[in-house]
Amino acid sequence: MTSDSDPTTDSDPTTGDPTTGDPAIGDPTIGDPTAPDPATQPGDPRTLVDVANLRVRFRLGRRSVDAVRGVSFRIDAGQSIAVVGESGSGKSVTARSLVGLAGRGAEVRADRLVIAGTDTRTLPERRWRTLRGRHIGFVLQDALVSLDPARRVGAEIAETLRAHRVVPRAEVDARVVELLREVGVPEPEARAGQYPHQLSGGLRQRALIASAIAADPELLIADEPTTALDVTVQAQILEMLAARKRAGTALLLISHDLAVVSQVADHVFVMKDGIFVEHGPTRQVLDDPRHPYTRQLLAAVPVAHARGTRLSPQPGGPVAQPRAVVGDGVVLAARDLVKTFALDGRRILTAVDDVSLELRAGETLGIVGESGSGKTTTARLLLDLERADSGAVEVDGTAWGEIDARTGARLRQHIQVIYQDPLSSFDPRYPVRKIIAEPLAVARVSRAERRTRVLELLDQVGLARDVLDRRPRQLSGGQRQRVAIARALAPRPRVIVCDEPVSALDVSIQAQILDLLADLQARLGIAYVFISHHLGVIYHVSDRVLVMKDGRIVESGDVEQVFREPRHDYTRGLLAAVPTLDGAALRPPAEPRATTVPESEGAVA
Amino acid sequence: MTIALAADERRGGGRAASSARSIGLAVLRRVGYAVGVLWGAVTVTFAALHLKSGGIIDAIIGQAAVSPEVRAQIISDYALDRPWLVQYFDYLGHLLRGDLGHSYNQGMDVTTAIGDQLAPSFELMAAGVVLALVGAIVVALLTANRPRWIRGPFAFLEIVGVSVPAFWFAILLLTVFSFQLHWFPAIGSNSFRGLVLPAIALAVAPGGTLAQVLRDGLERALDEPFVTTARSRGIRETAVLVRHALRHALMPAITIAGWLAGAFLGGAIVIENVFSRQGLGTLTVGGLGRRDFPLVSGVVLVAAAFYVVINLLIDAVYPLLDPRLRPVAPTTAGPVNAAAAGITSTASPSVSATGADQKGEG
Repeated sequence: MTSDSDPTTDSDPTTGDPTTGDPAIGDPTIGDPTAPDPATQPGDPRTLVDVANLRVRFRLGRRSVDAVRGVSFRIDAGQSIAVVGESGSGKSVTARSLVGLAGRGAEVRADRLVIAGTDTRTLPERRWRTLRGRHIGFVLQDALVSLDPARRVGAEIAETLRAHRVVPRAEVDARVVELLREVGVPEPEARAGQYPHQLSGGLRQRALIASAIAADPELLIADEPTTALDVTVQAQILEMLAARKRAGTALLLISHDLAVVSQVADHVFVMKDGIFVEHGPTRQVLDDPRHPYTRQLLAAVPVAHARGTRLSPQPGGPVAQPRAVVGDGVVLAARDLVKTFALDGRRILTAVDDVSLELRAGETLGIVGESGSGKTTTARLLLDLERADSGAVEVDGTAWGEIDARTGARLRQHIQVIYQDPLSSFDPRYPVRKIIAEPLAVARVSRAERRTRVLELLDQVGLARDVLDRRPRQLSGGQRQRVAIARALAPRPRVIVCDEPVSALDVSIQAQILDLLADLQARLGIAYVFISHHLGVIYHVSDRVLVMKDGRIVESGDVEQVFREPRHDYTRGLLAAVPTLDGAALRPPAEPRATTVPESEGAVA
Repeated sequence: MTIALAADERRGGGRAASSARSIGLAVLRRVGYAVGVLWGAVTVTFAALHLKSGGIIDAIIGQAAVSPEVRAQIISDYALDRPWLVQYFDYLGHLLRGDLGHSYNQGMDVTTAIGDQLAPSFELMAAGVVLALVGAIVVALLTANRPRWIRGPFAFLEIVGVSVPAFWFAILLLTVFSFQLHWFPAIGSNSFRGLVLPAIALAVAPGGTLAQVLRDGLERALDEPFVTTARSRGIRETAVLVRHALRHALMPAITIAGWLAGAFLGGAIVIENVFSRQGLGTLTVGGLGRRDFPLVSGVVLVAAAFYVVINLLIDAVYPLLDPRLRPVAPTTAGPVNAAAAGITSTASPSVSATGADQKGEG
């Protein structure tokens, strides 16, 4: 909320005549601080999008929310810009306003909103349709929900072709196949006839992009195009977008992830609370962030050199994070775990194959791998939510399966769990006090003791007492995860299994939660099994790491050593695919230089 | 795993065959359930008739004064003196041969009596169902996500339609369109014009319910990301509604429609009486009044069969509307696995651990 980006200073009321509909009359934007490239003038045929003082307000019943509070920018042909911000910053609404789809109940106002030479402020819906798809292609996050699940992907791509009569009717099918081939889908003829759920995440995203570029638009808007994808797939999609850019298509990337956009964008806008707090060439913003919020965003990314320090903003710069002393006592051990699932009558899927691990008090063991690698199944075996076909899990020296139900119930208090999405692991009708006290009730703690313990736990996880009577939906994502941690801590466990605990959180909230987990470990000596697909997070929190692929451990060892000198090809591939902020070598080099293994955070499908 | 999927695509024939086999199995299982339901209905009907105190004989004789000889004659005619288990299997045996018994009021076989009335009833119900479905879809498409002044009046009419009893609505239609305007005949079931008013009267209540469910489904579907994507392609709003949203909105509506099958049947009985139409309804009401138990139990069985068949059809429609519900051929990567399979182009050829992990994460 700095004054230098205050929209009112660069808005020009003289351009606001909606009746002319002629963008050429626009203000030449001399001194417009948000113009990405001062060399081009509005009205210039190279200007695709020219926006001044865009404001979007949502009316929800009697309340109204200002989602976008005055942003100005311009996108020229062939340019690649990115808008970066956390959830609720207004970045997606900004992007959708460019295709006239800001959402239901949205009031879009602007001093200038010129798309492909058309003033769109008073544009009737019918004329919007000639812009959508034809001039601007739009790609939404997670193709599983952004492609119609009931239609074949080929039909979705053909829809764009037919809507704008790109090719004659008879050639539509051939063009669909051609487009799929163009975005790197193998066997495009077969894929065109498949439904979205039959394709992998990467192929779905490619098909979605194919449908957006079918009418060969000058501008492609991609809203979180890689958030739901594994890191290696993300790298492929980013490379594909970069190829579009090289072919001359302008890109507008919307992301919460600075590292991702830095791979493709020339120019970055940092958005917070509906305005741009900072913008500039990508390198400049990343290397020399001027706004405190940008600095905070960058500092929150768990990069290699941040290991051992706190990630959330600290007065006076980075502060060392005290680490727990790793004890000698083994608190959790698994030997030769095998778990198979019958897929159907004939085939068997080995989800976990010969996994052994050992965890000592106060230690963090990271488990990293892509979707389907067996991480979560391993966690379920450790927690005895699933029984292994063979092999054994011992918690505090006692093996699941060799004990009666009552001993089992006591043993369960020693090993607790935190999930990615606390919302779905909480009873939505329970208030926070009941959620946290539930494990205590199971442990037969007296009512009075429970009350004091709940307050103590709230303090430990840094929550104020006024959350006690709220229900999960009334909490923010960060608060919810804190409640989940408090619930896990309640029975004083020796081990907590954290299954993607920060994957659904914004990077600054992620930083706070990671700091909290480290503090608790240092204070209470709890051991963590920390599961994540996110290499930066794993590197930040772990003492030792297991790399899993296809149910097997392909590599394990001290985290510094594995990340510095990965021995297995798969680990090397994973590390190479991680987008970094400095665009340099993706793997930490041998010398302990300020390297980055940053953030590619995102929910796994 | 993904490689296996790709290979399957090339061997299209093999996949189709195994897919057909699993569909066949699913159909067989469904039909099995349906037969079970029918058998249950038969048994309950039998039990209601025969295990009642006084038994079927009192019901047959009713208030009439009969001599002991006639009574004995009836008992032996209906084999009521034999053990109930024998009667039960006898009854089942007759049913399997399509023999529903003899109606002592109609003086003919129940099968024949029902068969004669089936056609006009189905005519009415089919017209009612088509009207209700088409009306509901049109109204829902026109009013979904529209401003309150468009949506409001229709929503109000739907509630009125659901809450007003069908017979009263039927009488209202008769008064206005037959007696005053003389547009349509008041009675009779032989002409198309005679079908119009009864079909409307029958369709109004279920149509109102369907329209509400459909609009709700449409509005929910219109909030989905894939609809935003479709709009971003620049297609017309009608195309968005019909091509993308309607299919998803139809799923819950179809479920309700199965449940409404009973409402149509019950409604038809009332409507036929109001319009003095021929049909199962008139037959049933007559049979009930005269305690014609073989006839009534025959109608109950036909109704149960109707209900079961409708729901079987609806189960068959689901996978047509939503490809995700189609049975997966054993050799093809299913939804779970395909979603988890990750990178197809770089996947290793080994059958890898995929789906199971996904279960926990998803």
